[in-house]
Amino acid sequence: MLKPSINNRDNISGPDNAIITLVEYGDYECPHCGRAHGIIKNIQVQMEGILRFVFRNFPLQESHPNAFMAAVATEAAARQKAFWPMHNVIFENQERLSHDDLEAYAGKLKLNLKTFDIDMKDEALKEKVEADFESGVMSGVNGTPTFFINGTRYDGNWEEIELLKVLNKMAQK
Amino acid sequence: MLAIGTKAPDFELNSTPDQQLKLSDFRGKRIILSFYPADWSPVCGDQMSLYNETLKLFQKYKAQILGISVDSKWCHMAFAESRKLHFPLLADFEPKGAMAKNYEVYHEQEGQAQRALFVIDEEGIIQWSYLSPDGINPGADGILGALEELDNKNQS
Repeated sequence: MLKPSINNRDNISGPDNAIITLVEYGDYECPHCGRAHGIIKNIQVQMEGILRFVFRNFPLQESHPNAFMAAVATEAAARQKAFWPMHNVIFENQERLSHDDLEAYAGKLKLNLKTFDIDMKDEALKEKVEADFESGVMSGVNGTPTFFINGTRYDGNWEEIELLKVLNKMAQK
Repeated sequence: MLAIGTKAPDFELNSTPDQQLKLSDFRGKRIILSFYPADWSPVCGDQMSLYNETLKLFQKYKAQILGISVDSKWCHMAFAESRKLHFPLLADFEPKGAMAKNYEVYHEQEGQAQRALFVIDEEGIIQWSYLSPDGINPGADGILGALEELDNKNQS
């Protein structure tokens, strides 16, 4: 089960009263998560209004040296109400996630760069990413991506057709 | 699989080409013994890589994790280097799978260990165990739950 449940520290896309809440624990440098990103975006379009998507960070720092910093960058962007634009641009550029790259994306998104730089060094944002990771471990995340549907871990196939079928079936219950 | 409350069988196995580890070396510490089928599984965040990322959480409960499979010390060395693992992998290589057999988690047909977890307390007694279905990475939540329970028991 998902611990803690969705709360105001989460980055949420979709209505509060959605029937379905899909949570992904993901890593910005993980190629499987990169593929899942496109699938989720398509599903969000097809289930608009009934689906709420939440992304929590699960950076595997030893395997993916830039994943943690990329996660902090999305949280820094969130402070300027640009979490999802940053999340998207990072997943679309998984091979280019150096500090300079992340700053360039912030510039492209027209963020205040001075504030962004300060936030990138903010311990509170690092702690937020670490807390996400820990919540994932305690929720039973065993790799990336791991999905939870309405609070329960989903171990099934997450190809677009299969996942969409599962979500739609749950929405009809 | 050995029952909870059993004394954990001791072992002396290579962790690197020139180092051997014994369970009794760790007396007074908690041990997480993680049997797994083989090095080099192809997914991101395989079981050993995941535990590598959760070492800090294990340390909070004063527990040391040891991975163990039938792979040789040389294979372990290459695997650990490639995944940048910061904990020992034990080579249950000669005689093959002897330790997995002692812990009753050897898969005869496959010739490798099952995916099995043991939490061993400071006195060398098995306090928790879990056998994961084939092909499923059990994650770390079960281990952490067991360690937390040990802490609670000690306090009461």
